[in-house]
Amino acid sequence: MGNYNDKVVRQFAVMTVVWGVVGMLVGVLIAAQLYFPALNFNVPWLTFGRLRPLHTNAVIFAFGGCALFATSLYTVQRTCHVRLLSDKLAAFVFWGWQLIIVAAAISLPLGYTQGKEYAELEWPIDIAIAIVWVSYAVLFFGTIAKRKVKHIYVANWFYGAYIITIALLHIVNNLSIPSGWMTSYSIYSGSVDAMVQWWYGHNAVGFFLTTAFLGMMYYFVPKQAGRPIYSYRLSIVHFWALIAIYMWAGPHHLMYTALPDWAQSLGMVFSLILLAPSWGGAINGILTLSGVWHKLRTDPILKFLIVSLSFYMMSTFEGPMMSIKTVNSLSHYTDWTIGHVHSGALGWVAMISIGSIYAMLPRLLNQQQMYSVKLIDTHFWLHTIGVVVYIASMWIAGVMQGLMWRATDPDNGTLVYSFVESLNATKPYYLFRLGGGLIVLSGMFVMAWNVFKTFQQARGAIVAQPVLPADAADARA
Amino acid sequence: MMTSGWTWYVVILVALNIAGCFWLLMANVKRRPGDPAPEDTSHVWDGDITEYNKPLPRWWINLFYITIVFGIGYLFWYGVGPLRGFGHWSSKSEWALDKAAEDARLEETLKLYAGKPIDVLAKDPGAVAIGRTIFADNCAACHGSTGLGAKGFPNLADKAWYWGGSPDRVLETILKGRNAVMPAWGTVLTAQGGPLAVDDVVAYVQSLSKPGHVEDAAAQRGKALFGTLCIACHGPDGKGNPMLGARDLTTAHWLYGGSKAALHQTIAEGRNGIMPAWEPRLGETRVRLVGAYVWTLSRHDDAAPPEAAP
Repeated sequence: MGNYNDKVVRQFAVMTVVWGVVGMLVGVLIAAQLYFPALNFNVPWLTFGRLRPLHTNAVIFAFGGCALFATSLYTVQRTCHVRLLSDKLAAFVFWGWQLIIVAAAISLPLGYTQGKEYAELEWPIDIAIAIVWVSYAVLFFGTIAKRKVKHIYVANWFYGAYIITIALLHIVNNLSIPSGWMTSYSIYSGSVDAMVQWWYGHNAVGFFLTTAFLGMMYYFVPKQAGRPIYSYRLSIVHFWALIAIYMWAGPHHLMYTALPDWAQSLGMVFSLILLAPSWGGAINGILTLSGVWHKLRTDPILKFLIVSLSFYMMSTFEGPMMSIKTVNSLSHYTDWTIGHVHSGALGWVAMISIGSIYAMLPRLLNQQQMYSVKLIDTHFWLHTIGVVVYIASMWIAGVMQGLMWRATDPDNGTLVYSFVESLNATKPYYLFRLGGGLIVLSGMFVMAWNVFKTFQQARGAIVAQPVLPADAADARA
Repeated sequence: MMTSGWTWYVVILVALNIAGCFWLLMANVKRRPGDPAPEDTSHVWDGDITEYNKPLPRWWINLFYITIVFGIGYLFWYGVGPLRGFGHWSSKSEWALDKAAEDARLEETLKLYAGKPIDVLAKDPGAVAIGRTIFADNCAACHGSTGLGAKGFPNLADKAWYWGGSPDRVLETILKGRNAVMPAWGTVLTAQGGPLAVDDVVAYVQSLSKPGHVEDAAAQRGKALFGTLCIACHGPDGKGNPMLGARDLTTAHWLYGGSKAALHQTIAEGRNGIMPAWEPRLGETRVRLVGAYVWTLSRHDDAAPPEAAP
């Protein structure tokens, strides 16, 4: 029967925490720079324009990416009752991905960028990403192919869709003609370039930050709650609807631009239709708790998972609303967008990842639970409060900016405010945002300590876990 | 841009996609014969993970339907691909309507101020308030949000006016712009007065604005050189010529810095100062309003006090 390959999962789990701390630390630094501009110390490598892509790449692809690698490779083995296809390939994926992250952490501060948001990395790194990603796909789907369970568990559909789509998005958006070792020109131009970029950009949100983390949710929520998934039927409907419709939502990033009007309208319409499919996953997760709501009182891991779904519902409601032309004309280019992104990234993505790591790690280390459950609870409250402070300050700042920019004096038709005044008005909220970010970061340090102590406690106790036998009860066609 | 072939391709995919969602919902709302019961959990993964098969929540189905119906209606109203919307909406027409409405109100407002000299407007707090906003949005990028200027960009809150400080001259500066050229004199001076010629002129120029005006040996040598070249624009006494934008060197309002090194660079390599013409962008009356605001910056005695800087 053999054992599961948990080594690669442990490696990715540890790096999730490491990159989480690093990525959020950079986030806190650039948040501080917006309030205290002197904090770039006149060093080019530390300026906002270079560190901001480092922050986004680190939290999305390093922190979020490692969490997805860890949980997907854990889940696919557990729900297929089989060891990973290849240990060597697994090691290649881990070390390859870490190398890519390090390359990003060096090249971005040095100023090498393609100038495409969330796709800043230059072509040699892009090629490395494509190679590692295809290896990951072979590893994941190869494991599914040799599964000992007839039915593919729902979490794996979501992970599978994300792996295929990210490969497609990454390759198409990064097609470019190199003009040097670290310079290149996109093969697209003008509004077509913008459209391809945001087709990529929004589906990075849709497939990396949503679909994949729903896969995580579909394994860890029922596992942690000890309850069956609420509805298999709902999971089918919302899965197909989600992946079909997400593909079209990108143009809402280009409202009132040179993109043809009708393409903008399409982006808005599909963003609205996306509301129900997005909520389908959250409903399925939250209703899974029916009958065991009392567990939230004692289990901080479950709190992380369920509150993450609440943030998910909130930001997938907010997103379609912000894509409506009228709302977008107010919200676009303001800090409201930053607030929206962080309610998704810190509220949904980070909380589901953190909860899942807390749930998974003791099992990987042959422990009953984490070193301190109380510290998990502390982390939960720090994170929740930090996120709320962050997004509330960005909401207020964003709506205020939008209103100030468009305000005209009803008596004489002149602009009421200058841009500088809107900046001055925003300043206090940047301080609150920094505070919120610091609280979230302090929670990550609590997590790092807890993980470190759990590893220390488990020293010598780690044993390979045997693969479960093929499901004997799997009689249903 | 996209060819019409691609346009149709996209439109057909959109139609199929929306129809597909509709079908997905219709096909899965009702239980079919042979479907597992809602409470059935016969599959088991990883020892203990199972699934119910409960029906989709009715409100969720309805929400989905509503967004689909709304979406279809929206696309017909706003247009998709080659199909023009029933609402005849376009972002250009929306913008044009908004702009026309704002312009009409603005025109009413500007009528009040048209043709008035800036020192007169400066006494009207309403005019100054509008001018201040125009300044913050257009001028602050170079002259600073409080008009204090920066290296190469004149301070508007002091009493020095390179191109003349009368209301008409200030207005002209903003309307038509200015192009201030200080030529590079390094080669010419060195040919005339030897390797230290530029330093000598620097010494003389520095002595002009110093109290007591003491000329050392270098300054005296510089004075001679100054008399052959610089007086053409800056005048024999160094008091400058506002018609040419040549600065008055007897005051210490240094635009590019008053240190030896900075002056050396100014004289040897020259300077180019460009104030853009704002009439094409703002129109004459708005230039007058911003002029009124600028007027208040340096004249706290005889005009309405400037409002707190933004």
